[in-house]
Amino acid sequence: MSILVFVEQRDGQVRSVSREALGQATALAATFGGPVVAVCCAAADPGLAALGEAGAEQVLFAQHEAFASYDGAGYAAAVAAAIASVNPKVVLFAGSSMGRDLAPRVAAKVDAGLATDCTALVVDGGKLVATRPVYAGKALQKVSFPGAVALATLRPKAFAAPEAQAGKTAAVSALAFTWDASAPRAKVTAVVGASGGKVDLTEAEAIVAGGRGMKGPEHFAMLEELAGVLGASVGASRAVVDAGWRGHGEQVGQTGKTVSPKLYIAVGISGAIQHLAGMSSSRCIVAINKDPEAPIFKVADYGIVGDLFEVLPALTAAIKQLH
Amino acid sequence: MLQVVCIKQVPDTETRVKVAGDGRTLDPAGVTWVMNPFDEFAVEGALQVKEKAGAGEVVVISLGGAGVQTTLRNSLAMGADRAIHLKNETASPDSLSVAKALAAAIKELNPQLVWLGKSASDDDAAQVGPMLSELLGLPCVTVAASFALEGTTAKVEREIEGGREQIEVPLPAVITCDKGLNQPRYPSLKGIMAAKKKTIEERATDLGSAYVELVALELPPARAAGRIVGEGAAAVSELVRALREDAKVI
Repeated sequence: MSILVFVEQRDGQVRSVSREALGQATALAATFGGPVVAVCCAAADPGLAALGEAGAEQVLFAQHEAFASYDGAGYAAAVAAAIASVNPKVVLFAGSSMGRDLAPRVAAKVDAGLATDCTALVVDGGKLVATRPVYAGKALQKVSFPGAVALATLRPKAFAAPEAQAGKTAAVSALAFTWDASAPRAKVTAVVGASGGKVDLTEAEAIVAGGRGMKGPEHFAMLEELAGVLGASVGASRAVVDAGWRGHGEQVGQTGKTVSPKLYIAVGISGAIQHLAGMSSSRCIVAINKDPEAPIFKVADYGIVGDLFEVLPALTAAIKQLH
Repeated sequence: MLQVVCIKQVPDTETRVKVAGDGRTLDPAGVTWVMNPFDEFAVEGALQVKEKAGAGEVVVISLGGAGVQTTLRNSLAMGADRAIHLKNETASPDSLSVAKALAAAIKELNPQLVWLGKSASDDDAAQVGPMLSELLGLPCVTVAASFALEGTTAKVEREIEGGREQIEVPLPAVITCDKGLNQPRYPSLKGIMAAKKKTIEERATDLGSAYVELVALELPPARAAGRIVGEGAAAVSELVRALREDAKVI
């Protein structure tokens, strides 16, 4: 039984979250005994043979000129055709903005169950069991799939990308699929800010997040400086976003983003339950807060009690010295 | 122009999760139920389109037990015209089953816009919107951060990793809403009074067999207690040492 992986590319680059999915597919293939097959939608081949290094044995290439940008309906038609062609046991997607949009469309097309944002996949008695955080991480749901094929999206950073098997290549073949690009569809007319190199919070290795203790939007420059020396992304609490100090794309928590970076530094964030839910799966949590009773210290690995306006510059300077 | 808004009732985000006796679902005891926060942006989005056009109808639909009528009534108080309650008592039904039930009800309404939240704050599945678009055969934009209607085309932006996609989508279409799309209104006293006279149509709804089965609901392992490394800027050197040597994260 094969494992199918949707491999996503943007601007001709295969995204690293898809390597994480290929790594997990390889682990499942060891149990189910089938090959790992990748399917990729693009206008031109982004070097798909090299997916062999990440564990793919075959790659189905769905080529269409409209696939220069993401097209949910077109991609879904192609992935559904790949499923009909290889008849996989499991289909994996990265839980990226693309994967989150695409996987449910495919599930509806092939009439199969889908578990989104999975953090673990295990095979129990021949059945796939997916673990996924719910209530923004306050609980873990375990689900199984009664149908012949199971679909899952994987939370970015929850699965390790496999060691590259240098020089190994995958067999690439064209995928036949039917899709009417002239039917009414949502068309991407432009992608703005994509070259800024800003790493999305959900895929960040490190996050420096600020709360109401920052006292005003003008002080976030201090956080950005620390983020800069750490190579981290900047996050914010709901209070800060609701006050309009920062954009909603930076909100961490139950009505914002759920994140699991290696390092999460919470600055001036007291730790409301809905915030803790969104970040407590981070590997290492640091809290800087003037209130020693703040709930954030209950989940933090390391805490500093003190005035963030003294601690932050000292921390930025100390980390600069390391480099 | 008829618009549909799909609404889910969820536990308030301050809820402390307790697992029910079945070991698979949330213990509903003591839970405060509210409209999914992302659905508020969907209701507001539809109301704004209607107000701008100066005409039209906004129909809200929700699937769930008797309790969801409170949330439907709340959206009627915000300004929606009427509601359809798909009655079903299943705890945590799977997304595709829900999408199919919604699609069957929506099809006969023949709407120009179908609005949903980008995900529900309880199961975080984010599936029903794009599933509906496939089942209804309509184009769809998920996680909309801005929305402007120009004639029969909507210009929508959505956040992607490191940037924003600008999208044009012809109506009829399905839109799922991100936080920040708009500023949802609070129901006015007049709206609350008016909502009491609006209709909530009840329909018994069967979901069929599940596409995803719940095996267990568990609390995540508690984080081991950390330590306060010190007070003020003086503690920074010990923090940096611990991050570098013990945690190995910098």
